[in-house]
Parts: sequence; structure tokens; C-alpha cells
Amino acid sequence: MHGVVQGAGGVAAAAFVLPALGFALGPIFQREPFQWQIIGRPDDFSESQYVTKVLTIVDGVGEAGKSIAYVRKRNSAIDVEKHDQFNNYIALSSRCMHLGCPVRYVEAAERFICPCHGGVYNFRGEVAGGPPVRPLDRFYTYAPKEGQPGYGYVYIGPRYSVNSELQRFSPRDPAQPLDGIGQYVYPSRFDTAVRPPITNLPTPPVIPGS
Amino acid sequence: MPLPKLPLPKRPKRGGSPPKADPVEHLHPAEAATEASLTVVGWIDERTALSPGLRWLMFRKIPRGVNWAYTLGSATLIVFLSQAVTGVFLAMYYVPSVNGGAYDSIRNINNNVFLGQFVHGMHKWGASMMVILVFLHMGRVFFFGAYKYPRELNWIIGVVLLILTMAMGFSGYLLPFDQRSYWATIVGVNINGTGPFIGPYLSDFLRAGPEFGATTLTRFYAIHMLLLPGLIAALIGAHIYLVTKLGVAAPPWLKVEEPRPRSRPSRSRGTRSP
Repeated sequence: MHGVVQGAGGVAAAAFVLPALGFALGPIFQREPFQWQIIGRPDDFSESQYVTKVLTIVDGVGEAGKSIAYVRKRNSAIDVEKHDQFNNYIALSSRCMHLGCPVRYVEAAERFICPCHGGVYNFRGEVAGGPPVRPLDRFYTYAPKEGQPGYGYVYIGPRYSVNSELQRFSPRDPAQPLDGIGQYVYPSRFDTAVRPPITNLPTPPVIPGS
Repeated sequence: MPLPKLPLPKRPKRGGSPPKADPVEHLHPAEAATEASLTVVGWIDERTALSPGLRWLMFRKIPRGVNWAYTLGSATLIVFLSQAVTGVFLAMYYVPSVNGGAYDSIRNINNNVFLGQFVHGMHKWGASMMVILVFLHMGRVFFFGAYKYPRELNWIIGVVLLILTMAMGFSGYLLPFDQRSYWATIVGVNINGTGPFIGPYLSDFLRAGPEFGATTLTRFYAIHMLLLPGLIAALIGAHIYLVTKLGVAAPPWLKVEEPRPRSRPSRSRGTRSP
């Protein structure tokens, strides 16, 4: 009798605790949907200047869901990391890798500078000084070749993180180093954003009069 | 059949001395009110037996030599109650909406609501005051050695209360949802994410996802006004219970009187009755 009553109490408690806990913890296992977004035409970008582009990271939350990417064309003289079809354009995230404040590009110094705690990054987004633990995060970019669908536009995809050799890692939060054992001490999410297939590009806007 | 004649009550004699009336009727109104309230208190106490417990809580022996530093805990309690009351009334006007609703509702509280800026200011400055008082109280307990046996558990509860107070400050900081709130929360969540192995998952839990999103603000709001205050109130209850049960520690400069053999009986060491 005692056992039955205690068991029933346990079942009753679990019946509301477990769903509530799952409800609160669910977002840890959630995947953020991300689609390719058009950020401009190839002529908008150069190799020596950064262009500021506003991206929507989270839909439906207004300004809080926006983020900034600094975009330029790849310059093989200075961009020595592995080249593939997703980094013809270098898109750096404005998120400081110290604690996540927004960095700004200072043209005269050719540096990215963070206003919060003085993090400094060079033209390629590598740490040049201050507390940041790794280079600026980047976004996948994709510019279709002539004849391929979507030609004539530059698309931007999900964010990825890099270590000090600019090798790609799944996106991590700021302040989590990726050199050495960092990638194991700070594991990626259970279900990280995947790069959407390049066959699934958004249709370019219709040019009036065409 | 006629009914039997009932005996009439005695009539007072005319001109004679008036009969002794009920004493309540002739009391001064204030005295009557006191009498009535005592009756209510007595009625409740007879059914709950609360008064011995209250007497146990309120009228207890305290050590000789206590000073104003011993009131820091009560001061913290008062500030917590002030935070609770002002927080409840702020919640009547606050809207935890990311799309401008939160910031607009704070502006409405500050600019339009009667006494809104005052109550908001009490809540804001009271938060800083509570953190300061918690640390002063903690310092008093530490430097007076009041955490030692048998009061270690109360010290531990106090440390948990300190952490919960900091968590209240952190979760409440986002709610005005201006630039400072937003970026301070981004920074705070990322500091939290530097914890090895589980830090990234804790950050995801706080943000409700990998990015600052639509439900981050409501999550912080629920933590700030429902989860943490309940925990804090329960732990304050345990804290005060243990203080009452174990008694207040004597100040360290108070010399322990050696029990003198065969001296005057029963003056307990270092304590005096109130």
C-alpha cells in the first residue's frame, strides 16, 4: 500500500515535471533554419574595401534579429586559406569573439575594433590585439558561375567559426577558443545549422520593366 | 387548550439604581476596538496556536554586545520585500515583447504612469541596494566568525541566496530592452558560455536557441519574476528559521565567561534575556 501510494505520487510528479523540463530545455536541441540570402551583385564588392551588409539572423524579432556582415571579394594575394566555391567572397561577422559586442571596421587603420573591451582584428579578421580568443566568424558565400542558376547575384549563407589558421568549424559562441583542445572543451550544438543546398537559392527580385 | 402562561422577565424598578450593564458598552471606542481585535486574534490563535511560534521567532535571547552590524540581514530582507512589491506593480504595466513593446512599455511607465518613474526607480536602485547589503551582511558574518559550527548550513544557504540575487540582477537587466540591456545580456550569456563542456548548452538554454531570439526576453522575464523570487523567498524562510533555531552568534570580542564552580546559579553564558 505504501509503495503504491508513493509510486503514484512519483508518477503524478513526473507527469508535470518532465514535460515542463522538456519544454524549457527543448531549444538546446533546436536547429536554426537558415536559407541563402541575396546580398548584392558581384560588382558591388571589391578586393580592398569592405561593404557593410545587414542580415536577418532571426526572423520576426525586429532589430534584435539583425546582424552585420563585412563583405569583400577574395584576394588570393592575402587570403591564403583553402579556396572553394563558398569563399569567393569573404564575409566576416561583426560579432566580436571576445564576448559578442559588435565590431566596426575602421578604414584608416584597416582594423576591426570592438568598443566594449578593446578587441582588435586585422583586415582578414585575425586577432591583432586585445582579449578575443579567435578570429572573427565568417559566413558562407556563394556566387554562381555564368550559366548556373542564380548567376549575377552574391548569396550569403549560415555562419561558421574559424580557428587561428582559418580552418572551418561549426559555429560556436564568442569567447570559446578553437585552437588546441578548444574544439572539444566547447562542443558544437547537438544540431547545428547546416549549409543549405546550392540548388535552393532564392529567386532574384524582378527588375522593373524587364 | 390555552397555552401555559410564561413567566415575564423582571422589570427594572423605576427610580432605582440602573442595572450593571455589559462592560463593553461603556468602554472608550479605542479600548473597544482593542478588545475586539484581541477577540479576533484570540479566535485565530485558539485554532492555529500561532502565538507560541511567533513568540519563538520574535522574542528570543540575543548575545550581549550585539550592535548595528547585526541588522544587515533584516535590512536585506526589507529590501527584498520592497523589490517584490515594486516588481509586482511594475509587472502590471510591463510588456515583455521583443518588437519594441518592452522598451515602449518601460517608457510608458517612466513618462505617463502616475508614480511610475518613482516605482521603477525604487526597483532599479533597490536591486543595487540589495546586492550591496547582501555583501555587507556576508562580510559581517564572515568577520565575526558567525559561519562556524553549528551555523555552517545557514552559511551555505546564504551563499545560494547570494548567487540567486546575482541571477536576479542579471535576468532583470535585460528587461528594459534598450541598447545597454541587450548588449550586456549578449556579453553575460557569452561569459556563461565559457564554462567548459556544458557552457555552450547553458547559453542555448538561456537564449532559448543558438541566437538571441523571439523568446529570449520572455524567458528572462519568467526566470526573473517567477522562478527566482520563489526560490529566494523559500530559502529566506529556511535562513530565518535556522537563525532563530540556532540563535545569533555572539560578537568575537565578547570574552567567554568561564563557568565558575558553585557560583550564582543559572546565568547562561554570554546571553541575556530581552
